[in-house]
Amino acid sequence: MSERASVPKEEEETEPETEQEPVTTGAQSVIRALENAETDYVFGVQGGAIMPVYDALYDSDINHVTMAHEQGASHAADAYGVVTGDPGVCFATSGPGATNLVTGIADANMDSDPVIALTGQVPTEFVGNDAFQETDTVGITQPITKESYFAADSDTVGDDVSEAFALADAGRQGPTLVDLPKDVTQGETEVEPGSPETPETYEVPEEADDENVQEAAEALAEADRPVILSGGGVIKADASSALREFAKEYEIPVITTMPGIGSFPEDHELSLEWAGMHGTGYANMAISNTDCMLAIGTRFDDRLTGGVDSFAPDAEVIHVDIDPAEISKNVYADYPLIGDARNVLRQLFDAMPRAPDADEWRDQCQTWKDEYPMDYDTPDDEPLKPQYVVEQFSEMTPDDTIVCTGVGQHQMWASQFWEYTEPRTWVSSHGLGTMGYGVPAAIGAKLAAPDQEVVCFDGDGSFLMTVQGLSVAVREQLDITYVVLNNEAVGMVRQWQDGFYEGRRMASEYPWIPQFDKLAEAFGARGFTLESYDNVEETIQEARDYDGPSVIDAHIDPGENVFPMVPSGGDNGQFALNEDHLDMI
Amino acid sequence: MPGPAPDERMRPKGRRNTQGIRVDPEAEVTHEPRQAVLSALVKHRPGVLSEVSALFSRRQFNIESLTVGPTVDDDTARMTILIEEPEPGIDQAKKQLQKLVPVISVRELEGEAVRRELALVKVSGEKPDDVNAVADMYNGQAVDASTDSVTVEITGSKQKIDAAIEAFKQFDVQEIVRTGAAALERGPKTLEKDV
Repeated sequence: MSERASVPKEEEETEPETEQEPVTTGAQSVIRALENAETDYVFGVQGGAIMPVYDALYDSDINHVTMAHEQGASHAADAYGVVTGDPGVCFATSGPGATNLVTGIADANMDSDPVIALTGQVPTEFVGNDAFQETDTVGITQPITKESYFAADSDTVGDDVSEAFALADAGRQGPTLVDLPKDVTQGETEVEPGSPETPETYEVPEEADDENVQEAAEALAEADRPVILSGGGVIKADASSALREFAKEYEIPVITTMPGIGSFPEDHELSLEWAGMHGTGYANMAISNTDCMLAIGTRFDDRLTGGVDSFAPDAEVIHVDIDPAEISKNVYADYPLIGDARNVLRQLFDAMPRAPDADEWRDQCQTWKDEYPMDYDTPDDEPLKPQYVVEQFSEMTPDDTIVCTGVGQHQMWASQFWEYTEPRTWVSSHGLGTMGYGVPAAIGAKLAAPDQEVVCFDGDGSFLMTVQGLSVAVREQLDITYVVLNNEAVGMVRQWQDGFYEGRRMASEYPWIPQFDKLAEAFGARGFTLESYDNVEETIQEARDYDGPSVIDAHIDPGENVFPMVPSGGDNGQFALNEDHLDMI
Repeated sequence: MPGPAPDERMRPKGRRNTQGIRVDPEAEVTHEPRQAVLSALVKHRPGVLSEVSALFSRRQFNIESLTVGPTVDDDTARMTILIEEPEPGIDQAKKQLQKLVPVISVRELEGEAVRRELALVKVSGEKPDDVNAVADMYNGQAVDASTDSVTVEITGSKQKIDAAIEAFKQFDVQEIVRTGAAALERGPKTLEKDV
């Protein structure tokens, strides 16, 4: 038995310091650093070079979740970070363990999600000799982390972890990594790690320059066709309520980016939902025709902008970002405001001389909402439409339900037809577009928010990539409902082949996929099949009622495609509502 | 779905260029590439050079030269990076460099900054006096000589070294090695303190 099982937990106020034994090894120092940073969960897989760290974890109160694959560990940590706002932690051993983490680290990097990865490494004396399970983890991960550390000394390894933890969370969040050679974690030390602090060279801007804020506020107040573009940075800065106050006070329509889903309630009359390649027609029309855009916490990804030459071409851009390097990277910022989104929104709120005179513009936005509603065909005799499944599920669940997804058509339907009203309820892979993100992400999300309902929409292709994670959900008895929108294809690829490659469906059709309901049962989860409109609600309800992981294999119309669509590099205002429109643009 | 088809929708009048800058119909803005000298103070520790060079390669900045060496402070090193980019690219390079954790400070040096590079040129040893004469013209000096070869050291601006190498070609150049530029701001300004 571990020591912690026999020692009764003391009250926090009564000398919490005396509970902790002094550290004696580098590995204990690593774990102490995580404890100091108030880590609750670690997602990982055991292995040779990381074993000393796991051994030290044996005596800690930190919960460890053994994942079925290291990729799942990094995705689970990522989702944990998205939902809680604090860094998620993942462990892997050296070599293949570390390289398996890479996809999840790259994913976190693209979406600015706070993750700290700790990887085992061969003993220092073997480093560089191509030893068993050696790989240059720092070299591999440097371009996809805020910083990758090679821990060289047992006395400082704890500080390396503390710093990496603080750095992952500070400013623009993102992943960090500490590579831990086995001799360093096994080595003796009595040095306790310091409290988490960012490196001295890392400066985080807090507030924007007042004069710049004043100029930007005046430009916005002058606008005839103002919009707010709210990105993922708004959620990360916990600025959703500041955004809501600002938009409502000055009556400015709000568009979100896809990572910004949940930053503004989609049921509010000022909401135009999200813009971009598969965003709503009305959001894209507003982007195209605005004359002043207040863009907050977005990096103007090409899936949002289409071709930059046609992106908001009439608009003066006020760009609020905590990362100066994002300013004018993709879209030129007329008014750059560098700082924390919540602070800058408050500064802007106070600086606004008046609300913009935009009655006509708001009417125009409403007209577009009426003209281009999010809609789909539902004749009774057709095969089941995926949008219907998403919509029904959305209506049956509370507002704070967390939706996770894989990547593909199902991800688009889940973002388009679910109504999001709260931040941190949309957990998806945006920038990297990682198929297979959904299964482990739902595990991380559920552990981060055990009291909230968690549903994961996945595609058959995406689900198969990380399906082994079901074993973890079963072992941990996590109440997650997985819905596989099954069209026997990597549907997004097939859609593009049909639209842009003359229907040459090379390697995109998956007629050999397993029966997911039976697969679920084999793992020890509950399995359901959905084939028609008759029992959609009933099946969803049964799956939700089951206290543990369940999988609904929803056989959807294989011919259904995702619309609206702005073709890659296209003009936001020139979205297609159907296949015919694709020929016109 | 209802609503006007793509060609019937409300259209904006404006345009941006490929750099994301709004195009003023009176005078379109495009930035031509220019050469910039970036000077960066970095933590002196393993891996920093690879972190910086990897940043330049993955962001496709066109790098002309990169030199690195220690400073008076044992903990810091100084890099001089020559890039040729349009204005927005130079600005991005600076900001992306500044984002790297081991980077302490970055500045673009002004045009009149002191810039020097070094070349060693090994030429045939058949006419040592002539070689010396050419070396003198460029304030260079022979640093090694054998019966078959003479190696000359030249220090100065890139243009001066280009010219010197051109002049040495008459002696059958056997090998050349050149450093990139090392540069410092003129006057009392330093990377640590603005004056």
